[in-house]
Amino acid sequence: MALRIIGCGNFDRGDDAAGLLVVRHLRSLLVETLGVIPDLEITEQRGESFSSMDCLTNFDHVILVDATAPSGTPGQVQVWNAHADRLPEDIFPSSTHAFGVREAVELARAMNRLPQVLLIYGIEGKRFVLGAPLSPEVECAVASVAERLMTRVSDLLVKTSQRSRLAEMT
Amino acid sequence: MSKQPTRTIKVDTLARVEGEGALYVKIKGDQVQDVKLKIYEPPRFFEAFLRGRHFSEVPDIVARICGICPIAYQMSAVHAIERALGVGIDPSVRLLRRLFYCGEWIESHTLHVYMLHAPDFLGYPDAIAMARDHQSIVQQGLRLKKAGNRIVALMGGREIHPVSAAVGGFYKTPSKSALKELVNELEWALDASLATARWVSGFDFPDFEQDYEFVSLSHPGEYPFNEGRIVSNRGLDIDASDYEENFTEQHVQHSNALHSVLRGHDSYMVGPMARFNLNFDKLPDVAQQAARDCGLQAPCRNPFRSIVVRAIELVFACYEALRVIREYEPPATSRAQTTARDSTAWAATEAPRGLLYHRYSLDQDGLITSAKIIPPTSQNQKRIEEDLWHFVSQIATRSSQEITWKCEQAVRNYDPCISCATHFLRLHLERD
Repeated sequence: MALRIIGCGNFDRGDDAAGLLVVRHLRSLLVETLGVIPDLEITEQRGESFSSMDCLTNFDHVILVDATAPSGTPGQVQVWNAHADRLPEDIFPSSTHAFGVREAVELARAMNRLPQVLLIYGIEGKRFVLGAPLSPEVECAVASVAERLMTRVSDLLVKTSQRSRLAEMT
Repeated sequence: MSKQPTRTIKVDTLARVEGEGALYVKIKGDQVQDVKLKIYEPPRFFEAFLRGRHFSEVPDIVARICGICPIAYQMSAVHAIERALGVGIDPSVRLLRRLFYCGEWIESHTLHVYMLHAPDFLGYPDAIAMARDHQSIVQQGLRLKKAGNRIVALMGGREIHPVSAAVGGFYKTPSKSALKELVNELEWALDASLATARWVSGFDFPDFEQDYEFVSLSHPGEYPFNEGRIVSNRGLDIDASDYEENFTEQHVQHSNALHSVLRGHDSYMVGPMARFNLNFDKLPDVAQQAARDCGLQAPCRNPFRSIVVRAIELVFACYEALRVIREYEPPATSRAQTTARDSTAWAATEAPRGLLYHRYSLDQDGLITSAKIIPPTSQNQKRIEEDLWHFVSQIATRSSQEITWKCEQAVRNYDPCISCATHFLRLHLERD
């Protein structure tokens, strides 16, 4: 399966913590229900966006979760398939030196380094002020995205298991 | 006589990252009428923020000033506070601090050379567009930056906003074997930095030189990082404690940032070109030879060639990191004991972008009563404006689009924090 799930963000910037909280919540759910899963890696990225690009490599299937810029619907979740869509400009907060998730994905695309599957989950934030708490809308979205990813991981596990059994039979 | 057309070039909202700024250039015919570089410096707020904090908290607080050069802020802070407290550090800790700084210079210079400045010379709007045509080059840059990240992560506990620097030393020092794990990659990085220097020296540089006053640290035995006197090519030679007697900050109406000037001398330049020109003889042979091979001689007065100087400093930083790792023996204690006392002290170190001055006053309980931080971008701000005045005069008859492009490139010569934002600027051009 070789799946990596990356949560991006900053715990000190209100809703910018969304991606990090999703992967932490997901990790708890997985431990409670499925235990340790081989070939699944869950990581956090907190600002070194060039490392985010590295995180996209060496895995077939990558899911990246980050907060998106406010546009009037806080907590709204959007999903982009990197192979089908270019990430919109000005929607993902940039990190140091104006290099953020969008730039990491587009740089990987330019260098033909996108994984086979790359999905980007964006959770629309409401407030990104230093020291602000998570907004209630984003808090709900964090739980919802973690559960969606949990379902996705479970489905992938089932498919992988079925393929393995099929391979053993043939 | 026909009326001369006036063109106003405005670059609004140099937003986010470590500062806010904008660029405004007014040209009448082929004469520059006005140049304003506006920067709103966030580090100023930290000075008040530090008051009332214990000195032991300062390295972690000031690391938050900049996402790309947190180590510089930590190093200036710990050296100033150690001086205030009369603390001496272990020679191995001193070596480790040089290694720590090497990591930051590699990260910062690589980022600027490959991702921010090279696209200007090669005619691309940004590094992503450049990567489509120059994959192997960008790949080399990413790997080189990662080599710097590995040093910072090992020394600082993490890649961003490292947490191990402390007054008196480090909270944790690495083992010899942990450092040796970096050697293979740093050997590759040294070769890659030499290749970087060769690559950027082949760029087309505008014919533009200025008569700068260069200011940097100078140490009798080494290319400067953490120690040395503050010197210039026009006779300045002072201890950091005399900084505020010799330099002053001026408020200008168009900017919230203060312009630093050298009293009686006016504007000056800090950063790689200043260091290179004032300390060429302290570079290791491999870096000196690389400079000669690139046709670079001290003094270099063409700011557009600063990209080559940064590449030479990359060679130095990789070489120096390997030297430190070879010579390193773990210190007997990672952190010297400190005792609070009522005191004031100063320090200047060499951030990737240039001289970074800190001053702290402490009370008898070790609480900060006042702090002053003067970052390199603030010191270069007036000089950047002066470069633009002279440079735009040379290109005033060209199209507004080309002038805008060249102005941004000229600003990026200094790698100011605001240059972080310049690749996604919104540009507004007004014509009469």
